[in-house]
Amino acid sequence: MSQIAPALEAAPTAVLHTRRRRGVRGKWPIIVLFLPPALVLFTLFVILPMGEAAWYSFYNWNGYGLPTEWIGFKNYELIFKQSAFRNALINNGLIIVVSICVQIPLALWLATMVTKSIKGAVVFRLIFFLPYVLADVAAGMIWRFVYDGEFGLVANIYEFFGQNAPFWLADKNVAFSAVLGVIVWKYFGFHMMLFIAGLQAIDKSVLEAADIDGATGWQKFFKVTLPLLGSTVRLSVFFAVVGSLQLFDMIMPLTGGGPSNSTQTLVTFLYSFGVMRMQVGFGSAVGVVLFVICVTLAFSYKRIFMRND
Amino acid sequence: MIVNFGRQARQRGLFVLSTLALLSSVVPASAQTTIKWLHLEANPDRLATWEGIAAAYEEAHPDVNIEFQFLENEAFKAKLPTLLQSNEAPSMFYTWGGGVLKAQSETGAIRDVTAAFDADGGKWRSEVSPAAVDGLSIDGKVWAAPVQSGLVSFFYNKELFEKAGIDAAAIQTWDDFTAAVQKLKDAGITPIAGGGGDKWPIHFFWSYLAMRELGQDGFAAAKGGEGFQGEGFLKASQMLADLGAMEPFQEGYLGATWPDTQAVFADGRAAIVLSFENTATPQNQANAATDGKGLASDNIGRFAFPVIDGGAGLITDDFGGLNGWVVTKDAPAETEDFIHFLTVENAGLLAEKNNILPTAVGSDASVKDASLADSAAQMAKATWHQNYLDQDLGPNVGRVVNDMSVELVSGGVTPEDALQQIQDAFSMEM
Repeated sequence: MSQIAPALEAAPTAVLHTRRRRGVRGKWPIIVLFLPPALVLFTLFVILPMGEAAWYSFYNWNGYGLPTEWIGFKNYELIFKQSAFRNALINNGLIIVVSICVQIPLALWLATMVTKSIKGAVVFRLIFFLPYVLADVAAGMIWRFVYDGEFGLVANIYEFFGQNAPFWLADKNVAFSAVLGVIVWKYFGFHMMLFIAGLQAIDKSVLEAADIDGATGWQKFFKVTLPLLGSTVRLSVFFAVVGSLQLFDMIMPLTGGGPSNSTQTLVTFLYSFGVMRMQVGFGSAVGVVLFVICVTLAFSYKRIFMRND
Repeated sequence: MIVNFGRQARQRGLFVLSTLALLSSVVPASAQTTIKWLHLEANPDRLATWEGIAAAYEEAHPDVNIEFQFLENEAFKAKLPTLLQSNEAPSMFYTWGGGVLKAQSETGAIRDVTAAFDADGGKWRSEVSPAAVDGLSIDGKVWAAPVQSGLVSFFYNKELFEKAGIDAAAIQTWDDFTAAVQKLKDAGITPIAGGGGDKWPIHFFWSYLAMRELGQDGFAAAKGGEGFQGEGFLKASQMLADLGAMEPFQEGYLGATWPDTQAVFADGRAAIVLSFENTATPQNQANAATDGKGLASDNIGRFAFPVIDGGAGLITDDFGGLNGWVVTKDAPAETEDFIHFLTVENAGLLAEKNNILPTAVGSDASVKDASLADSAAQMAKATWHQNYLDQDLGPNVGRVVNDMSVELVSGGVTPEDALQQIQDAFSMEM
């Protein structure tokens, strides 16, 4: 045994050494063979369009022919002048806040419930996950009916209590809260699934040890479960941030960004003010701003919070 | 490299093909030509009429094949710029004229049909209403073949008017109209069905008020460069804001789409709607109403948008749509002939089956519905026909006008600020 052990230990290091010695030179054929297809596709479909958008953003251009009317940073000036853009920014921020303060705690709570070995837990898991499976557009249309003050579910509930039903989606002070409700409903199941996976990865013996030490349920949760779930929570928040910045297809059928642009998000703003108005230059500028926000958020978040994950 | 090689091969192929085509053109009746017809008609009955017409044309011209391509309304508007510049461009597509058509005409992606209109001593030109041809012409060239025009006017529920004690015939001025709105409110009836969610239904109000206040010359001056901040526009915007302050619309109108709005009127939940010429037809009522029936034809009345005391506009100045078919640059030569077949030779059929008001001269007789005929009669006396502003002013200014109309009526913006925003967008286009 003692003779074999050093040999076994030596073997991997030897392999490592030869690999290192062969180094980059040995990898060249592989790089030459495998990199171009990916690089070409990435350049063609990611880098080029981004560069083009940056280029278009300096023109007053309606999408026909080639852009010719150079207007410098005018499009960017216009973006920051638009109150609808400010609304969109605030709304995106609100979505992130609500995700972190309401959606993720809710998802975590439900996840701890449905991972317990009680009867029917799997069924509940499925039920809670269902909204996430539903297509965004379909969810938007369904909730438009639900919120309808004339025929919708909300109207029926109000009528049951003998009240006049409100039109939440038509009131610019309330509409976005209604949208936030739908967002929480739609995506909590996704976060719940992440947490279920995280919870299942926690070593049961740690919790048992805490039990033996006489920890209460709360103590177990805050001192053991939550710290061990740290990386999942950080991932969940990351998805919430990215999801907020991408939110588009549920808003369009639900409110279309209205009333009075009170439910615009960055992407619906881009679509309604860039694409639908045939202001491709302006839309490109919004795209560039959105890109900068995304990159900044994503990288700084990864740098600061997910360094160790 | 691969792309280049492919292109070369294709070019060579094209060369061979064109040589063959040249050779074979000596022999009559050769290759099949395909006319790609891009449309946004979602109604199966109306589409069936078109399919019938296309089939008839194919029968008369065995070498022509007509292919239908459908895009939904918003998708159509969003995709068209890219589509037109691709190899997949359709041969013909629908237009509302105005600024969008102008933008398209400047790109070289579409071809004008002037030559076809002036052929045979201007035969086609003489077969269509001159106002319609003018409306789709830019700098002396006809950029689309007119097919139909429309008229926006007030439709009202006779029963509800009677209940509130209003005589529709007595509504001549805007003050009369607002008085009627107040009477309806007093009688506990929702006065107007409005579609603030889609926004453009509210722009009808702003457009008509501005037209009535400024008149044709004032309006032309504004579009010609004077801009939208003059006294007349301010007054019209203020009137719209005042109307909004009376809260004349149904509850939740700011979220209502156009189908929602039509349902409000067809269900009898509001007394008035400012709407298209076909509002009162039984088909439209049945489509719009929640119960699938809607209001009876004899329960719906119509009156023109009232004039403003002291305004320059006339009661005979009309506001409404004007539609045509555009031919793309590389469309087969037969496309124009087919469009003529569709819009002129079959105008009567379209009027009868699809409830449109064709622009072809002499097709009035085929308009069977009484209320449609009434609209047609008003249009025949028109002193000015203004296209929808959200089309006429182009997609950018047009959408700002729509936004501002809703903001004005809901009290979200002052008339000065609203006009400033319209002006900002307008000066970007100049």
